[in-house]
Amino acid sequence: MPAVSKGDGMRGLAVFISDIRNCKSKEAEIKRINKELANIRSKFKGDKALDGYSKKKYVCKLLFIFLLGHDIDFGHMEAVNLLSSNKYTEKQIGYLFISVLVNSNSELIRLINNAIKNDLSSRNPTFMCLALHCIANVGSREMAEAFAGEIPRILVAGDTMDSVKQSAALCLLRLYKASPDLVLMGEWTSRVVHLLNDQHMGVVTAAISLITCLSSKNPDEFKTCVSLAVSRLSRIVSSASTDLQDYTYYFVPAPWLSCKLLRLLQCYPPPEDGAVKGRLVECLETILNKAQEPPKSKKVQHSNAKNAILFEAISLIIHYDSEPNLLVRACNQLGQFLQHRETNLRYLALESMCTLASSEFSHEAVKTHIETVINALKTERDVSVRQRAADLLYAMCDRSNAKQIVAEMLSYLETADYSIREEMVLKVAILAEKYAVDYSWYVDTILNLIRIAGDYVSEEVWYRVIQIVINRDDVQGYAAKTVFEALQAPACHENMVKVGGYILGEFGNLIAGDPRSSPLVQFNLLHSKFHLCSVPTRALLLSAYIKFINLFPETKATIQEVLRSDSQIRNSDVELQQRAVEYLKLSSIASTDVLATVLEEMPPFPERESSILAKLKKKKGPGAVSVELEDGKERGELNGGGDRGGPNSMFTLSLSLSIFLFVFQSTPSPSADLLGLRSAAPVSGAAPSAGSLLVDVFSEAGPAASSAGVNDDGFLSSAPPSAASEDPAPPLPESDELLNKFVCKNNGVLFENQLLQIGIKSEYRQNLGRMYLFYGNKTSVQFVSFSTTVSCPGELQSHILQLLFTKTVEPLVEGGAQVQQVINIECLTDFIDAPLLNIKFRYGGALQNISLKLPVTINKFFQPTEMAAADFFQRWKQLSQPQQEAQKIFKASHGMDTEVLKAKLLGLGTALLENVDPNPENYVCAGVIQTKAQQVGCLLRLEPNAQAQMYRLTLRSSKDTVSQRVCDLLAEQF
Amino acid sequence: MMRFMLLFSRQGKLRLQKWYTATAERDKKKMVRELMQVVLARKPKMSSFLEWRDLKIVYKRYASLYFCCAVEEQDNELITLEVIHRFVELLDKYFGSVCELDIIFNFEKAYFILDEFLIGGEIQDTSKKSVLKAIEQADLLQEEDESPRSVLEEMGLA
Repeated sequence: MPAVSKGDGMRGLAVFISDIRNCKSKEAEIKRINKELANIRSKFKGDKALDGYSKKKYVCKLLFIFLLGHDIDFGHMEAVNLLSSNKYTEKQIGYLFISVLVNSNSELIRLINNAIKNDLSSRNPTFMCLALHCIANVGSREMAEAFAGEIPRILVAGDTMDSVKQSAALCLLRLYKASPDLVLMGEWTSRVVHLLNDQHMGVVTAAISLITCLSSKNPDEFKTCVSLAVSRLSRIVSSASTDLQDYTYYFVPAPWLSCKLLRLLQCYPPPEDGAVKGRLVECLETILNKAQEPPKSKKVQHSNAKNAILFEAISLIIHYDSEPNLLVRACNQLGQFLQHRETNLRYLALESMCTLASSEFSHEAVKTHIETVINALKTERDVSVRQRAADLLYAMCDRSNAKQIVAEMLSYLETADYSIREEMVLKVAILAEKYAVDYSWYVDTILNLIRIAGDYVSEEVWYRVIQIVINRDDVQGYAAKTVFEALQAPACHENMVKVGGYILGEFGNLIAGDPRSSPLVQFNLLHSKFHLCSVPTRALLLSAYIKFINLFPETKATIQEVLRSDSQIRNSDVELQQRAVEYLKLSSIASTDVLATVLEEMPPFPERESSILAKLKKKKGPGAVSVELEDGKERGELNGGGDRGGPNSMFTLSLSLSIFLFVFQSTPSPSADLLGLRSAAPVSGAAPSAGSLLVDVFSEAGPAASSAGVNDDGFLSSAPPSAASEDPAPPLPESDELLNKFVCKNNGVLFENQLLQIGIKSEYRQNLGRMYLFYGNKTSVQFVSFSTTVSCPGELQSHILQLLFTKTVEPLVEGGAQVQQVINIECLTDFIDAPLLNIKFRYGGALQNISLKLPVTINKFFQPTEMAAADFFQRWKQLSQPQQEAQKIFKASHGMDTEVLKAKLLGLGTALLENVDPNPENYVCAGVIQTKAQQVGCLLRLEPNAQAQMYRLTLRSSKDTVSQRVCDLLAEQF
Repeated sequence: MMRFMLLFSRQGKLRLQKWYTATAERDKKKMVRELMQVVLARKPKMSSFLEWRDLKIVYKRYASLYFCCAVEEQDNELITLEVIHRFVELLDKYFGSVCELDIIFNFEKAYFILDEFLIGGEIQDTSKKSVLKAIEQADLLQEEDESPRSVLEEMGLA
């Protein structure tokens, strides 16, 4: 145990600390701590009143234990008692404990505030400072409420001691930052600004932080500070190194205050007053001049302090961006630092030059340092410096040096640190696109990127290259040739296979004339990679194959054979199997014309901002990406910014959409079965026309007869039968109830009356879903003009939820028969209302018109999320804004059986988390709702009260509408 | 403004932590762990600055102790480095050639000195004299307060 230095008396504390240090193991330490905690607890509880000294000692021990990382749940009261002690050290320890271990216990806060109030009005400067430190350390809203009015008074009062003023200024700053609405400066503004003139340098130093913060929020009210700041700065800059006594730091006069003054000026544009501006420019020149003077000391502190001011001055020069002379001088100065032996200076020079590069006055001057920066990228030993160099190269890049910079970045990528590779890839991709004069260079660059750093090439990057190739026909042949060559490498990255598959599938014909890249060679090359690829890539390749059949009829037999092989047509992955089956069928049934239409070349992509840029912005934060794409001509976007739906899905989407259209257009062909979703077409190709004939016949039948039929049958809607193009009936009154039945399950009978039964089976994956609808004719008579439509009411327009029948139903449904229909669903963003399904048919001449709510609810897009208790509670806490929570308390309408409850919660789509809620009776769940636009994390807590037969359900999610909707849906389930 | 300051040893033992914005205990622990790992992994010649999350980290090693500050985007790295140095000087002056053990055994004093130097993450006074004067005054008050006690009583055995 070392000799305790000054004025200290707590030997018991030192003994305890010593003991802890001597503990050989974590267990021993915990044992010793528990022993001490028990001891302190008994002392605090004991009958004998503790004297102030012991109280102080024990509170200090608790503090020590807490700072070791253990929880402390008592002692607050004793600490508060210490606050009202007359002895300084006891008070001090009390305040320290409160500052470190604040407790939101309101009773306690009241007592603490009382003690603070007493100290603030004690007129004892040491006590006042302690109280102010405590307010600043805690900074809670309650404290702001209690003291925000009092502190400005202390700050500007004529008789306040300097040290108290300093504490008051910073205390007020803390309260202003935490609760700006409670700190009203109004009447104090001018007196606070004039603290800049205070004689005491310490007061100015403290006050300027407050003034800077207030100025940045209310520049107009504080603008008088500009001239005061300039004159203060001027006095410091021109003072000799000894003038300021203790405020001179290693021969640099008041470096902290100088930096703060320069920072304050950055809240404002250049001064309008010529004299003030002149004086300021003089200061800035002096600072730049001093940088050239020989150092007054060899100590690093001297140069750090001096350069801190220099960098802050350069920031101000960049901020003004109006003095070409100063900008160029700044750039030259930074250029010197680029080769300085101090790593810190090289780091800062690179960082600062990045902002200089975006100024038109200094961009060229920055560019002259390109070789040094490239050298830094290659030779710096510190990754954070290399990162700065890469940033600067990116910032200084323009048309004149793009090829050089991109080449250097590419070659650096081969050995770059893993931590910065992804960002480098994005930067190269952006620069290559922005400065591409000829697109073959662009294609080469991106393919190189994939070759060198394939793992770090995000979807955005390879989507983008495909998009550009599709939109620019002058580069398509070159792209096809280049990917073909790239694919010949024995080991190539999967991203290369994706790009290759896509481009050859679209434009392989452009290089097919060369026998070295004949269609079969192309196909074999692609297919040689197939087995090494992941499922999504294989799916893409299958689509490329069917495109090949269209482009090159001579490959048809080979490709069909591949599709027909067990490994495709019986693949255990549904997506692959389905593609194989559908493409095989398509290729064997459809005529060449039909194939050509369905498999037409992809249309150009709509022009939008590059999603790569968006990604880099997200990575670096706004402002970090100074390069903007200048001309919008290639701003297409493949994926709409979502995480799904790249070319891969676009490819198939366009395909199925074509099929969809084609199914509609070519009625006479047996196209209805193209998708292979049904084993046999129930009606021959002639049926549709027959169906429409029937419609005509029946629509001319007398309305009276049929409407009578309808009226007799209370189950059916009473729509007049005269028009087959009748508007869909409003949803049945019971449709909400029917909808609720399907919130927690996906399969079952949706609707049934005397005529018709509708069953559904559905499956969901991420933001996609597929619903199979089975329409059963319960009668022995055929339904005619059977048609179905889905629609999205009101707000639920197509940009929220996309529903697409894969095909229409046949208009004739035989008696006793069942027909099936498939709806593909894509959830674009979260929604509330369910879509509507309308069914119309004629039964015995009467039009039946039924509208139901289709059980597509937002919870269907849940992905369960498993998490540990700690994670759960942390996230729960993070979602604590009132609008993020939805809560319902309701009576149980079913039994409260545990297993049933669990099954329902699982059916909702969330993960049921065990051992999370401290009360085992409660249920907590977590899941993420996947929509194309965003993912919404949801946490759920269900608290059953068996006695009262009540539940309390609480939902928290990052989106208020989602919390409310899921809460509403689920509340109906119990 | 400074968001937080940490002092930790070469072995990864946290010796002092000061947070200038309200942060949950859990997050504090996580951040401390993460940051210690990053800083301890760095080599001597590397720069004293790094980007971490949305903060700038400025650190410097003094003997066995790392002083590590997190400051905001617009803050000046070099001056922050000198904030650290000035704090070290203050400790040194107060304890008389400070070592890690002084900070362990007199942690409360280290906090008091820091509070006199920085409030709410901003500098209160840069003058060594002013800061030490405030602390020494407090010590004088303390010495007047205290009457000598027996060793046994100190150890809680009396």
